[in-house]
Amino acid sequence: MTAEQVVFILAAIVTLGSALGMVTTRSVFVGALWMVAVFGGVAALFILLGAGFLGIVQILVYIGAIAVLILFAIMLTPRVMGDPQAPRYNRQWPLVAVMASALASLLVALVLRTDWPVAQEGTPTIAGFAVELGKGFMTTYILPFEVASVLLLVALIGAIVIAREE
Amino acid sequence: MEALDRIFIRIGEAFSAFLAQYLPGPAVTVIGMFLSAIIISTFAALTFMLLTWLERKFVGRMQDRIGPNRVGPFGLLQPIADAIKMFTKELITPAGAHKVVYNLAPILVVAPALMIFAVIPFGRDMVAADLDVGVLYLIALSSATEVAILMAGWASRNKFSLLGAMRAVAQMLSYEVPLVLILLTLVLMAGSMRLADIVAVQGVPFALLQPVAFVIFVVAAAAELNRTPFDIPEAESELVAGYHTEYGGMKFGLFMMAEFIAAFGMAALVTTVFLGGWRPWIVPLPSWLWFLIKTYLVLFVFIWFRGTFPRLRIDQLQAFCWKFLVPVTLVNVIVTGVVVTFFPLVRNGELVVRGVGGWITVTAVYLAVNVLFALVVAWLYRRPTLQAMQQIQVGQPAGRGLSREVQTA
Repeated sequence: MTAEQVVFILAAIVTLGSALGMVTTRSVFVGALWMVAVFGGVAALFILLGAGFLGIVQILVYIGAIAVLILFAIMLTPRVMGDPQAPRYNRQWPLVAVMASALASLLVALVLRTDWPVAQEGTPTIAGFAVELGKGFMTTYILPFEVASVLLLVALIGAIVIAREE
Repeated sequence: MEALDRIFIRIGEAFSAFLAQYLPGPAVTVIGMFLSAIIISTFAALTFMLLTWLERKFVGRMQDRIGPNRVGPFGLLQPIADAIKMFTKELITPAGAHKVVYNLAPILVVAPALMIFAVIPFGRDMVAADLDVGVLYLIALSSATEVAILMAGWASRNKFSLLGAMRAVAQMLSYEVPLVLILLTLVLMAGSMRLADIVAVQGVPFALLQPVAFVIFVVAAAAELNRTPFDIPEAESELVAGYHTEYGGMKFGLFMMAEFIAAFGMAALVTTVFLGGWRPWIVPLPSWLWFLIKTYLVLFVFIWFRGTFPRLRIDQLQAFCWKFLVPVTLVNVIVTGVVVTFFPLVRNGELVVRGVGGWITVTAVYLAVNVLFALVVAWLYRRPTLQAMQQIQVGQPAGRGLSREVQTA
């Protein structure tokens, strides 16, 4: 086993283990903390794949912004906060199980059918990655990029409209 | 001079050469990486000790006190006495606290603070991990700290801890925005997110090319570090001690350590992106010495802030960030983008400014644009500023109000 394989297995164990911890814990807050660990594991996988920029953005956006906002929202909701004896599952679990297995089988099928390209010599590694990504956003993928930006702007304005005092 | 400048690199090379006689190549690399990590962490811990002493001494002088002076010459051994005290205290986990999260939080607070040191260029060619996304890495670290602070506040099961954590995170989230926007401006100018490249581009320190951004950055940095006048998260008179109220002994020590190391890291970042990093100013001292001198100058300014300004109110703080700092820095990004298009410093990774004349032209252009920008901002914000001034004048100093009451009585 090479060093990279060892690191990959460690990162995968952290990611999957934390995901398991996240769905089985009784406390919503602890669940959100497990989710932070999942995001960290995914970031480690990105960095291992040579996409350092993506890995750091993963930490910045998912841990630094999304997870913090979720934790914040949980702390502002006293009813969810305090109860350590809260039930682990609710009545919807059979429906959720069906949906989750459908999604899982779809993902597995996609992963198995995709012809994964193996990195060639001269593939942009960490050094050129951010530059290539930026150029891609501004040329080939300008439409999806702009649509995503408009979506974020709409969410921003929507939040202000909801929060505004009349 | 040359030898002194590269002394640490030489020592490192000599040591690896010595190891290479006995061990295979990969082992030497791994040992070298571990050793540099240990050396940098030790440096961080020593910095923490020195900073606690410096802060108490400086603030003491500013308040017409002497500060610590009992242990060792000038009280220099005070941090060691403090450390012994903290290490020998009993470790307590409050009843009702979530044990795992409570004990994990201090560790997770310190780890990102230590990781800052990995990408800071301490001198010419002296950087542990020269990441090409160094600027982004530093921002990611500071946002990862927020999770740890929320963990500390929640796991303590104490309303003051919870309130302190929420205040701290609300403040850090808000002030991160202007910080990131300013760093974006500088990345636009330097054409790279690698900190070593940003230092290499600064023939003239960016503080002269972007004075408005420099001032805003120092203010926002003080807020990001939760330092006075932005120390609302741990306002002693309101919240006991904020998110680390329930921590004692070395667990509390770790929070203090994270705070001081983060302050050093932020000062090092200001030095790197605004003051030309390790580049000597006039006097030719070794590059690492210049870096430390500039960083401690910035730290002194932070301590000076603490000795000078009273604490702000939380609504004032948020209004200042979202209504002033964010719009101003956002427009500054656009203005700088236009200026960079016509007067670039870097093209395709190559520095294009040549000679003293070139630098004078570039500095004059950027400085003129900044002065114009500052005047426009001052004109646009004249009304809110006047209103704020009036508000301040309505609330008179406590002492004077009291004496008038005494007089009328």
